[in-house]
Amino acid sequence: MASKESVPLAVQLSGIVKRFPGVVANDGVSLIVARGEIHCLLGENGAGKTTLMRILYGLYQPDDGEIFLHGKPIRIPSPRAALDHRIGMVHQHFHLVPTLSVEENIVLGLSEGTGPFLRFKKTRQKLRRLADEYGLDVDPTAKIWQLTVGQQQRVEILKALYRDADILIMDEPTSVLTPQEVDALFGTLRTLVEAGLTIIFITHKLDEVMEISNRVTVLRKGKAVATVNTDESSKAELARLMVGREVVFRVEKKPPQLGEKILHVEDLHALNDRGLPALRGMSFDLSGGEILGVAGVSGNGQHELSEVLTGLRKATKGKAILGAHDLTQCSARTIADLGVAHVPTERIRVGTVPSMSVRENLILKSYRSREFCKWSILDERAAHENACRAIKEYEISAPHDGTPVGNLSGGNIQRLVLARELSGSPKFVVAAHPTYGLDVGATEQVRVVLLAQRDRGAGILLISEDLDEVFQISDRVLVIYEGQVMGIVRAEEANLEEIGLMMAGSYRQAVAE
Amino acid sequence: MIKTPAWIQIERRPSPSGWTVFAISVVAILLALIVAGLFFQFYGVSALRAYGDIIKGAFGSRLGLTETVRRMIPLLVIGVGLTVAFRALFWNIGAEGQLLMGAVVASGIALFSGLPDPLLIPAMFLGAFAAGALWGIGPAILKAKLGINDVITTLMLNYVAIYVVHWLILGPWKGPTMRGFPYTDKFPTAAFLPMLGGTRIHLPTLAIGLAGALVLYFVVKKTRVGFEIRVVGENPDAAKYAGISQTKITVLAMVISGGLAGVAGVGEVAGVHHMLLNPSSIALSYGYTAIIVAWLARRNPLAVILTSFLFGVIMRGGDVIKISLGLPFQLVNVFNGLILFFLIGSEVLIRYRIRFGTVKETS
Ligand SMILES: Nc1ncnc2c1ncn2[C@@H]1O[C@H](COP(=O)(O)OP(=O)(O)OP(=O)(O)O)[C@@H](O)[C@H]1O
Ligand SMILES: [Mg+2]
Repeated sequence: MASKESVPLAVQLSGIVKRFPGVVANDGVSLIVARGEIHCLLGENGAGKTTLMRILYGLYQPDDGEIFLHGKPIRIPSPRAALDHRIGMVHQHFHLVPTLSVEENIVLGLSEGTGPFLRFKKTRQKLRRLADEYGLDVDPTAKIWQLTVGQQQRVEILKALYRDADILIMDEPTSVLTPQEVDALFGTLRTLVEAGLTIIFITHKLDEVMEISNRVTVLRKGKAVATVNTDESSKAELARLMVGREVVFRVEKKPPQLGEKILHVEDLHALNDRGLPALRGMSFDLSGGEILGVAGVSGNGQHELSEVLTGLRKATKGKAILGAHDLTQCSARTIADLGVAHVPTERIRVGTVPSMSVRENLILKSYRSREFCKWSILDERAAHENACRAIKEYEISAPHDGTPVGNLSGGNIQRLVLARELSGSPKFVVAAHPTYGLDVGATEQVRVVLLAQRDRGAGILLISEDLDEVFQISDRVLVIYEGQVMGIVRAEEANLEEIGLMMAGSYRQAVAE
Repeated sequence: MIKTPAWIQIERRPSPSGWTVFAISVVAILLALIVAGLFFQFYGVSALRAYGDIIKGAFGSRLGLTETVRRMIPLLVIGVGLTVAFRALFWNIGAEGQLLMGAVVASGIALFSGLPDPLLIPAMFLGAFAAGALWGIGPAILKAKLGINDVITTLMLNYVAIYVVHWLILGPWKGPTMRGFPYTDKFPTAAFLPMLGGTRIHLPTLAIGLAGALVLYFVVKKTRVGFEIRVVGENPDAAKYAGISQTKITVLAMVISGGLAGVAGVGEVAGVHHMLLNPSSIALSYGYTAIIVAWLARRNPLAVILTSFLFGVIMRGGDVIKISLGLPFQLVNVFNGLILFFLIGSEVLIRYRIRFGTVKETS
């Protein structure tokens, strides 16, 4: 892409300003996206990526600045107008109706054909054609709640394509996907681009930026600091542009100081939400001062395991002994009081109350303690001090501690959950996808915090689909497949090929360790 | 397909301020008044004259004002309780029945308990609170344990309560001194609530309503239980995650909400009628109107003082248009319906704002 003049422009944003109470989310951002390219947006948590894309999709109105589409100035008063301009968006958190089928979700809001009745024959034909063309296979009659996250994302993409989008915005599409699903997604994106679409792609993972994009624009604190051609750049340069200083990609990991056994899980069974067996006889031990990584393809019981260990799901059989207690017999509250911290998979739906303030969300687990509650009355001063501390320590960017959590950027919500769960001195930590949606700097920081908790003597169960992450900080790795333990290996002795086979269920370690 | 013209832009309001909410609510009420004015025109009465009469009738005289307050009392007491249920995301449509059950128990105590005079009124209040609370707890437990829809159970229990009252006043409690009319006997005077000098304002109930507003505002905002109620109401999954028992909180919210509705029942039988009579004369749809009162107050107990007064004026307006204009009292329901209608419509404006082509052309 030598000269900009020779390439037809798809989108040009110029001088976009967007203010929210207490923050300038976009501070004069200009962005040029050429037709037919994959353009990555990169930036720290709260840099303003989602806001900028919501403006392009008509969800927010800019306070200043202009939008040009194919060279012509336009206004985008609503998402509907964006769709009329053939701009589609797949959001950071999906907007699907769980009880409706795929095709129902796809035609929702469209006035298809004539009359009050929905006719799905045409819909199905068009869906099938799109699915075949772009490798987006889903059953049109399946209900959304029956689908995996990866499949739901395909529905979101199909929804945009069904509306004839030729500019597709994707906000952190890969943070919820397994590595295999990411590969499939990238395949789809490449065919889309070949078919002439333009894609704007937000991600925190530099490897993905290098792999998929043609050009990258880096946002820092609401400003666009640079646009570079991917093949002329490097991970290190991008990281420096993003953070404004050099970034080290290495976390210091001391050899573990194993304490005594704190958790003993034996023959654990549980059902999933659909009433089918999800855990089928899991047994393992965890010591203090140790990180046990759980590796596996998502949907193999990881989620249920974390819920059973934290009292959110009933075990149908087996036990999980922590000290003198069997966790399978305890309520969520008792377990939390025993010193078990839990970073849940779904931070917004489960881990926070979006309409309540940062301050209140930070005491969601500890509001009953002497520190925050005297004579049944909440101590607002103490909560405020606690919030100030957490905001500083975990660099949560929020205008003030009374801001509703729903107004924070995705990564900042995750930081809040981590601040709450990891700040005390938990005995046992269940951390599901702890670096989900975090920028490069924060990801390293969280890994450092997890290691610090381990060195302090906590036992940590780390659930993640990111194998690099699992191997980087775990001491031992447990491979889970269809609710069973396929094997437990020391992280440094691991043979990746063997792990892959175990994750696929085709190999099982002979001896229990 | 609805096309939005380019000069109209709709966007989410980040966090609506108290004033925005207030202003939008006022506009909703004004719109309801304008549309309701059309109904007066249909009856051949000028809307301006009708509203003039209503305002005069509600504020113009001492009698008018005190009658407005009398109407306000049950709405206040019930509305304050409903804010708590609604905060916990429990749709209590059953305040009407809870009020009636409170009235029943209070009447039973007044007529048959034989308690010494000074204990009579306190016992009636306590009994009525318990009765209303019990009537409310059932649906709470059914919802928490079995997931049974709260709107349906609370609504159905209203009919059960209505028939209980009918049965009592036509059967076992039918007053021997009432010459065959379907009433109980008149209460002993020791069971009459004290009145504000020469008016029909029953003081203890008003005091409970006002104190309730203050206390519950404090409870919801500042206390541990209030925190739990808000978490359960705003995100039940997070409540479960935080180890808060939804059953416990829902039951507690319904004890408060149902109990206060029961207390409102005492006010009606011991403050106004001094006997148990036809359910529709006791309850006058207070239980339903209070739902609108609580919503208009945006589930804020303190704001209920204001909104219940407003609806006191509207109900008083019903008396006025009946007496001075000869129009049916039921027009009040048209009012209430319209206000609810515009209120629900205005929710959209609270969450989204509309901007008119404000993006500057810079080039
Ligand atoms: N609706 C809103 N109300 C108030 N502030 C908001 C709102 N949406 C975003 N912000 C603020 O604007 C800033 C930019 O947020 P944005 O969501 O665009 O960040 P982001 O770059 O997408 O971050 P992340 O990587 O964490 O998703 C943040 O400080 C955020 O708190
Ligand atoms: Mg974002």
